[in-house]
Amino acid sequence: MKRRKVIEQTAKTIFTICAAIAILAVASITFYLVAKGIPAAREVGIGKLLFTTSWRPTAEEPSYGIFFIILSSLVSTFASIIIGVPIGLCTAVFLSEIADRITRSVVSSAVELLAAIPSVIYGLIGMMVLSPLMYRLEKAIFAGNETHQFTGGANLLAAVIVLAIMILPTVISVSASSLQAVNDSLRYASLALGATKMQTIWKVVVPAAKSGLLTGVVLGVGRALGEAMAINMVAGGAVNIPLPFNSVRTLTTQIVSEMGYAEGLHRRVLFTVGLVLYIFIMIVNFILLKARRRELNE
Amino acid sequence: MSSTVKTKGRIADKLLMGLVLLSTSLSIILLLGIILFVFIKGASTVSLSFLTGVTSVLKGTVGIAGNILNTVLIIVITMIIATPIGIGSAIFLNEYAKKGVFVTVIEYATETLSGIPSIIFGLFGMMFFGNTLGLGYSLLTGGLTLILMVLPLITRNTQEALKSVPDSYRNGAVGLGSGKWHMIRTILIPSAMPGIITGVILAIGRIVGESAALLFTAGSAKGLPKAFSKIFEKIFQSGGTMTIQLYLSATSEGDFDTAFGIAVVLLVLVFVINFVTKWALRRRIN
Repeated sequence: MKRRKVIEQTAKTIFTICAAIAILAVASITFYLVAKGIPAAREVGIGKLLFTTSWRPTAEEPSYGIFFIILSSLVSTFASIIIGVPIGLCTAVFLSEIADRITRSVVSSAVELLAAIPSVIYGLIGMMVLSPLMYRLEKAIFAGNETHQFTGGANLLAAVIVLAIMILPTVISVSASSLQAVNDSLRYASLALGATKMQTIWKVVVPAAKSGLLTGVVLGVGRALGEAMAINMVAGGAVNIPLPFNSVRTLTTQIVSEMGYAEGLHRRVLFTVGLVLYIFIMIVNFILLKARRRELNE
Repeated sequence: MSSTVKTKGRIADKLLMGLVLLSTSLSIILLLGIILFVFIKGASTVSLSFLTGVTSVLKGTVGIAGNILNTVLIIVITMIIATPIGIGSAIFLNEYAKKGVFVTVIEYATETLSGIPSIIFGLFGMMFFGNTLGLGYSLLTGGLTLILMVLPLITRNTQEALKSVPDSYRNGAVGLGSGKWHMIRTILIPSAMPGIITGVILAIGRIVGESAALLFTAGSAKGLPKAFSKIFEKIFQSGGTMTIQLYLSATSEGDFDTAFGIAVVLLVLVFVINFVTKWALRRRIN
């Protein structure tokens, strides 16, 4: 009998430790990023780091301004949401409200497969398809312009398009399931009042699902903000003001492209860049948590 | 007047319907376009020697056997450790925990973990496993880093599966005099197995496609170990997975043939994994 008690207690302890590992992981990631990132930020000067624009880590008098890098991350995320969310929402409407069973399963399988494609493949295709297209556009738009630095097609616009495509599956699947969760009685009531199917969808079903749709948008924001490899392959590599045809660096690509060779303060500042990204992600996570809770309460 | 309202409504309806159909076809066109493009560009590169050989400038051969082995080793390292922890965590949350601060914190931590971008895992893995624990650039560092990334996937899928096990199973076992641990081992885990397997397959899919978390943890070496017995040593050495090699081939090495060849292999793999997951899910529902 006593042996059995020991076994039960041991099992419980082991399971508890397993569960605690998630807490330990988040705590250590936070601790390491803060411990490595803050001292470097202090050394450079927090104001100088965050609000100046010149990034010259290897110059004789190095300067570490990441304002344009932060701005590029925010602009590319925002723009990809502006493009991706309407397309995603329309597709979700099709899946949830219009498609019959077979079409639905075909389209949703396609969306799942899009989600499964590794980000380096999106980057590779972006390099081969988007960049040449961008370069042609760039040459047409900036012909005779002497101040524009030609990028060869690797620019913010290409990054935005790749990101918009990459967030689509997330937005579609979350939106579709929240539309499906809307009670049918709302649809019938609206149709019975004489509204057309489209009016019912856009004026009744979509508003009723809005907190679920918001969750989809927030998840998309997190995905776009954190994507590294794909946009590193199409965004160019220069620290620049985020204009459509400029080569840009985001928080993630900054780490990817320089961590390999950075040393000393430069390396530690890259951890600060990681910390800034982490803070943004934590804000997104917090909003997500709030949105989920609101969804549950409704 | 009512007729004008109606026509106006109908035009708007048609417009909206057009947008919906256009958006939907975009997803399909994108998928087909990507598959076609990758296969047209890369299918001719993929051959037996590409899959079983190693890239060597001296011999003039191109092959990704080293990268395939590295990918497999990382999957094994990650899953051997992550699977039991994930299952254990789910069992705790579902079978032992009473609602309270501890559970809320664990659930929040799991949620947070699944929202952290892979580049952050990479940074942390490089600092903690690579530097602090002194494992350097190695498959082990990469695998340990990925554990944190896939843990939420396994925990969540196992939890879902445990929730679907009827309470009568638990009560029946305990009523017959079984201890809780015995009940978990002989009743719950077998009943939840399809869900656990789904989580494991999903996690393997994540690892196959992962790149940002591995670049600065597992490194990029592409060679094969000299002998089969050296595979164990390989774990402590740098090794690039297929995704990392694709990235390097497309960027610094400028070798697009290899990049597209790997892309073909990766696409086939992730699609197979996707179908297997679906099959496992369907079995679970039946």
